[in-house]
Amino acid sequence: MNSVQYADQIFVLLKQWLVSLFPAPLQTAVGILITVVTIICVFPALFAVTTILERKGLGRIQNRYGPNRVGPFGIFQPIADGVKALTKEDLVPANADKIVHFLAPVMLVIIVFLAYAVLPMGRNMAAVNMDCGLLFFFAIGSATEVAVFMAGWSSRNKYALLGAMRAIAQMISYEIPLMLSAVAAIMIAGTLNLQQIVEQQAGYSGILPHWYVFTPWGLAAFLLFIISATAESNRSPFDLPEGESEIIAGYYIEYSGFKFALFFLGEYLGMFSISAIAITLFLGGWSAPFSFLAWIPSYLCFFGKLVAMICCFIWVRGTLPRLRQDQLMNFAWKFMLPMSLFVIASAVCWRYAESWQRWALSLVVVAVPYLWLGHGMMNNRKLEQRVYRYAE
Amino acid sequence: MLAGGILKGLAVTARNFFESFVSKERLTTVQYPDERLPQIEATRDFPFLVYDGPDAMAGLRCVSCQICEKECPPKCIFIEKSTDRKPDAAGKLQFYPAKFNIDISVCMSCQICVEVCPFDAIKMDVEFELATDDRFGGLLLDKQKLAKSNEYYHRIHPTEANTVDGKLAAARAKVAAAAQPKPQVAAPAVAGSEVKA
Repeated sequence: MNSVQYADQIFVLLKQWLVSLFPAPLQTAVGILITVVTIICVFPALFAVTTILERKGLGRIQNRYGPNRVGPFGIFQPIADGVKALTKEDLVPANADKIVHFLAPVMLVIIVFLAYAVLPMGRNMAAVNMDCGLLFFFAIGSATEVAVFMAGWSSRNKYALLGAMRAIAQMISYEIPLMLSAVAAIMIAGTLNLQQIVEQQAGYSGILPHWYVFTPWGLAAFLLFIISATAESNRSPFDLPEGESEIIAGYYIEYSGFKFALFFLGEYLGMFSISAIAITLFLGGWSAPFSFLAWIPSYLCFFGKLVAMICCFIWVRGTLPRLRQDQLMNFAWKFMLPMSLFVIASAVCWRYAESWQRWALSLVVVAVPYLWLGHGMMNNRKLEQRVYRYAE
Repeated sequence: MLAGGILKGLAVTARNFFESFVSKERLTTVQYPDERLPQIEATRDFPFLVYDGPDAMAGLRCVSCQICEKECPPKCIFIEKSTDRKPDAAGKLQFYPAKFNIDISVCMSCQICVEVCPFDAIKMDVEFELATDDRFGGLLLDKQKLAKSNEYYHRIHPTEANTVDGKLAAARAKVAAAAQPKPQVAAPAVAGSEVKA
């Protein structure tokens, strides 16, 4: 092992050494414990960093400073937020279903953390190397809808219920293109094991990596995946379930104090995990972006890509206004779903055609439906001055 | 192009983001407790009582006529008229407010009290940092807290204060001229009505 490999595997070796300190019967349990504790520490820390990054980033996008009072440049703002959330009064509505009301945020966070079990965060760095890792991820991920609906139902509040129903409708609609666009990557990789999917993309031609996003079908699938992921994690422009200006935070409405903080945490952790899956499927997971950068430790590549994805999410949030419910559903069922089916067809072309023909074929199979469906969505409507018939 | 609008929007926000670090004109935020915008002269929020001379309680212009108390739409002014008379800043015997309270949690800053006052005794203040942890007592301002000097009035509303001073001086001169042969009786009421006219 040379020094580059040591740097790459340092956490793996550290864990092995820690485990070897314990007697043999305990070693399995200790190994699991170490991994779990690491994940539970690292990702909430990333959440704290993300909150300040988001608030400052959105501020700059809107030509404001953002939080700059707590500590130098406001970098200790997450600590102040945490103290505030912990010391706030925890209100439960008199008519609420108290047990379900309490369980909803807990369940959301537990479910979201479970999904982290299969994420490959570096070479040999996944909590569980599961053969059906992607399937496990989607199975766990779809359970978050239950937590959201528990929150909406138990609050006994019409806005909470509206928000929860919007969330369910949106999550179910967008889960289909999410999974179908992942299917394209699975078809090419030929495996559901996330470690193997990454390893298949870890090669280089010249200096460029073999990431799936650099193929026509891969780019289309990646974009579809990211759009669906935004909708899945209820982020702007798909934040209708919260809809602060219409249904006053939706299913969060009756939550305060630390329960609200847990929801917030769960939502961000969900965003991280789904971004991590997007990175794994299309952006080469922990592999370096260029062959001459291969000496960078794999976990740094992974977290660098994750932070880049988070920044993109923040950027999109600062740019796009919220969709209307009918626009949301039209987009899911009339554009995303057919496009993801065409992406699968495009992946088939890529799999069976040769040399330049695979590029041409898979490009055509994606681009033509994109233009066709896109113009169909636009329905020959042009952006023009709105005319009010009665208001003026 | 399809989705071209989204890319255009992303370009705009990216430009906002990066330019806010280089160009100060983009950041219009005033970091309030550390830096403040200059006061606009017409600013007003809650009323205060003007006094002349060095002693605040002795120099109050208010003669406790209670017009403002009656005119106040939300009824936030409470005045208790004195039973005796005291010499005012000009040396004349006048009634004075034994109690003058304004509940600024009720006040709606309409300025009607200022408009009806015949003695230019009540004016609008610009002090806005009135936050308190005592929401009843802390927002009920009494005579001592309301009294502010004419110099302070000049400082916050210079143009208006100069006009008022000119009017008062003219009225006093007129009263003094008219009262030359007679002893001074009912002078304040005459002075007041002339000021309004």
